[in-house]
Formats: sequence, C-alpha cells, structure tokens
Amino acid sequence: MSGHSTYQPQNAFMKWMERRLPIAGLIHSSFVAYPTPRNLNYWWTFGGILTFLLGMQIVTGIILVMHYTPHADMAFNSVEHIMRDVNYGWLLRYLHSNGASMFFVAVYIHMFRGMYYGSYKEPREVLWILGVILYLLMMATGFLGYTLPWGQMSFWGATVITNFFSAIPVVGESVVTWLWGGYSVGNPTLQRFFSLHYLLPFVIVGLVVLHVWALHVVGQNNPTGIEPKSAKDTVPFTPYATVKDAFFMMCFCVVFAWFVFYMPNYLGHADNYIPANPAVTPLHIVPEWYYLPFYAILRAIPNKLMGVVALGGSIVILAFLPWLDTSKVRSANYRPLFRQFFWIFVLVCLGLGWLGAKPAEGGYVIAARILTIYYFAHFIIILPLLGWIEKTKPLPNSISESILKEGLPAGGSGPAPTVSKH
Amino acid sequence: MACCVDGLDDTNEGRKPVTTTSAEPTRRDFLYIATASVGAVGVAAALVPLIAAMNPDASTIAAGAPIEVDLGPIAEGQVIKVFWRGKPIFVSHRTKKEIEEARSVNLASLPDPQPDDKRVKEGKPQWQVLIGICTHLGCIPIAHSGQYNGYFCPCHGSVYDTSGRIRSGPAPTNLPLPPYEFVSDSKIRIG
Repeated sequence: MSGHSTYQPQNAFMKWMERRLPIAGLIHSSFVAYPTPRNLNYWWTFGGILTFLLGMQIVTGIILVMHYTPHADMAFNSVEHIMRDVNYGWLLRYLHSNGASMFFVAVYIHMFRGMYYGSYKEPREVLWILGVILYLLMMATGFLGYTLPWGQMSFWGATVITNFFSAIPVVGESVVTWLWGGYSVGNPTLQRFFSLHYLLPFVIVGLVVLHVWALHVVGQNNPTGIEPKSAKDTVPFTPYATVKDAFFMMCFCVVFAWFVFYMPNYLGHADNYIPANPAVTPLHIVPEWYYLPFYAILRAIPNKLMGVVALGGSIVILAFLPWLDTSKVRSANYRPLFRQFFWIFVLVCLGLGWLGAKPAEGGYVIAARILTIYYFAHFIIILPLLGWIEKTKPLPNSISESILKEGLPAGGSGPAPTVSKH
Repeated sequence: MACCVDGLDDTNEGRKPVTTTSAEPTRRDFLYIATASVGAVGVAAALVPLIAAMNPDASTIAAGAPIEVDLGPIAEGQVIKVFWRGKPIFVSHRTKKEIEEARSVNLASLPDPQPDDKRVKEGKPQWQVLIGICTHLGCIPIAHSGQYNGYFCPCHGSVYDTSGRIRSGPAPTNLPLPPYEFVSDSKIRIG
C-alpha cells in the first residue's frame, strides 16, 4: 500500500524543498496517488467528515474562547454575552454545540460501518483500537465542554460524572476531591475543565494522525472485505475518493446547517438555560443524547460500583472486538447470520439510548436490564459463537469481480498496470 | 576491507575486547544506573507539585471552615438546607412519628444497617443533621418524599428513610453525617 512516492516536483522551489522536507511527496502519496478500493460506498465518507468536524470545532472553539470567561460567577453570563453581543456569536456557539452532536452522529455511523464490514479484523486491529481511544477522548471532550456554560445541566452533569470515581474502593473520595479541586463541584472544577477541554482536541488531532497513518499502512477495508489484489481493484484517492468524500460532506453539512439554523436547541436541554444552582438538582437529569445508551447501562445495574464498571466495560469491550469476533470473513455482506445480529445490535443500542432518556423506574429499568445483558452478550457470546456456527457465503475472487458481474477475468496472478491489452 | 579487519582481530590476541560481557560492571553501567535513578527521583519529585496543585487550594480550605446554625426557627417537621464546603447539609427537626418510624425498623432488613440513635446526638433524637448528597452519584435528594417519607433522589431513584438510611435504589450507603456538635440547646456548629 505504501510504496515509494511517485511525486515529481514541478518547479525549482518544490524540487529544492523535496530534498530537504519531502512533505509534498508525503501528501501526494497519502491523499493523491494513494490507491483506494474502487468499490467504496458512501459509508466510507465519514472519516473525512469527522476530520472536517474536528477542524470546525477547533476553529469555532478558539474564537468562542476569546469571549468566554471560565469562572463560576461569570461563565453563564459570558455565554449569554456571546449569544447577544458578540458579532455572529450565536452562530459560532450553535455551530460549536451542534457540531459536537454532529461529531457523534458521524462517529457512530463510522463505528457501525466498521462493525458491519469487519474493518477491525486482522491486520486492522491497531487502527480500530486507536479509533476506540479517539472515541473515548471525544466523550471526555464533549463532557468537559458541556460543563462550561455552567447551567443546571452543566453543573449536575459534572457532579454525576465525577462521582463515578467515588465508586473506587478506599481512595474514591480522595480522587473525587482531587478532580474537583474542592469539596464539591465549584469554580476550581470549572477552571480545570476549561483547561482540559482546550487541551484534548489537540490530543485528538495527534491521535487522528496516528489513526490515518495506521490506515495507510494496512489500507482501507471495503464492502467485500477482501483485500485488493491487483491495480484493477483500486483507483487513485484523487480524484475518486476526494470528490466522493467532498460531495457527501456537503450533504452532511446540509443536515448540520438545518440543525444550526432551524432547531439549534433541539439536541440540548432547556434546563441548561438556568444558571447552575448547587442547592437544587433538576428533577429529570439526563446527559447529552450521545451518552444515553451508556447512561441506561449505568442505571440498569442496582449497585453503584458494578454500574460504573458496566458503563466503563461497555466501551472498553469495543477494543477487544478484533479478538471477540472469531469469523475469518470480514464483511457482513457474506455473513447472513451476523448481518441479522448486527441489525439487532444496532436496535439494542438505539433502545438503550431511548431508555437512557426515560426515568429510572418500573418497566424502563427492567427493559434497560434486558438490553444491557444483550449488549454484552453480543460481544461475549454471539460474536465468538457465530464464527464457529455460521455458514458464510462464497467470497468473490476479487473486488473487481464483485462489481463487474459480467465476469471479466478478474484478479488473476500478475499485476495489471495497464488495461490496454484488450 | 572486512576480511582484513577480521584478520587483524584474530591476530590481536591479548588485546582488550571492545565491549565487555556480563563479567565485570563497567563505568558505563554505573553511569546508566546512576543517571536513571536520579532521573526517576526527579520525575517523582516533579509529580508531587503537579498533583498537589490540583487538590483543594488554601482559599477553598479556608472557605470550608465550620459554620453555626441556629435551630430556633426550624419548626417541627421542617427540613432546612444549609451549605458547608459547598455541600448541602440537611437539618431536620423530626416529628415524633418520624422518630418512631426510624426506630421501629428491623435493622437486618437494611442494606446499610445502622440504628437511628447512632445517627443523632444523644438526647436529641428530634434533630438530625445529614450531608444531603445522594451516596450514589452526588445529586441532592428531596426531603419528605419517597416510599418511606424520608428522602428521594430524583436522579437515579434512591430512597432513604427518615433517618437518612438507604432503603432501596442504587445508592450503596446511608446519607453520611457531617461532623457537628451542639454549642447550645438551639445552636449547632457544623465542621
């Protein structure tokens, strides 16, 4: 996949540069000449969308920080100041807050795509694990950012989430005091959360570089789940993948803009427009929508420590997916049983998300328990067993054979640099 | 070239070998270990201020000094909320019925068994002082509510009785008691 760069510097300056810092050659071989499977569908465009959203969050965030005050007495009003006084402040803030939601929409699609097409399987385990770490960092960053407006949901969300650490035996209370920088969530907490919320996106950028590097070492998976065998199976990244990514990114941005301009508060909570009040807990406290499935798992378990362990476990287990799925066939297109269980799993995740927004009582708790058990069973029982009992469909000989159904003499042995032989 | 060097080495018996094996520790081994040890101590020493700076600062600790609460205005059956160290403290003036309910419970049936008289000061069963933070994930329970007419946490449904003991729900322990004492019959100092 990597190989030597075919980049030819065009002018004297680029020739001079290439001998000293071959960055243009690196970009050329990674994003222009890079061979990408010719059968990628639109589900493969979300990596590019995520990169775009990360950049947008950083740019809007940097400008928002110029007007925001990270102090418990002033944070709430400074956010209102952004909304009312700052030129286009309303737009920047809505882009940033809805951008976080869109970020999670895109990452969930990206992850489910990886699960459907078996993108985590050998040799893409490290690529997948880097993705899980990125997802964890995103969750942390989103949570820290949600605290900053210092509304009621900010304050009580911060209280509930930091209290997860009080479940640690013996040292739990000291750890929580250390995290808060006080005896309760207060100004020191807000200031450190602001510091970390500014830091983590750049850590994410660093890990994205590793993620893309790992991707370019092992190459992209594709809907057939079989590796490209000849030049006929791939097309150059530019223009083919570039234009496809860019086109779908614009479609995604239409949805994004629809939220920003027509329903900017739909994904938030009205309670967060009430300034933080340490004396009153909102009657119905809910996290942001993207944490709801995990929140449902936390509440499903009637024991504090085990609830927190299950919540953590439900995310950590994703890192072990490459070894829990025992099937040699990657793509669900050729795994009839797995495909059904995959969609059941998607429904279970959506169900947990719905339950996470409901009060923790009666039938909701029972349903959350059943779905929590299924969530873990999917990874621990169903995936390992399917590899043994499932009868998979025959795989095509090559990517080009799978799309050129007329049955061209596809793949074959030798490399086929030109197709002008016919 | 290579062959000549090899030949040279072969004929040079008695010369010191370029690298030593495990037999004798060299000055370089000593330097490695000494440098690594000093470096490790340096890293550990640097961690102390970095970690300590995230713990509560002097002003936060000073603001956590004890407070006094006048019990006079609290009517029977009323629960008031005061703040100490940013934590809500419930001061409950319990009725006879509430005390009765708290004392008639079969202790063995409680998740965190504790008799009611251990949760109030001796001779003052009507005054109960609790840290009003749910022991599950830190929300503030609502007084005079829930199945046992004690406290109910709206976040995740933990139910406490009139003694602040956990009766059902995900909270693992009873509502804790803050350190406090009676300065006079109608005044307490919390902290």
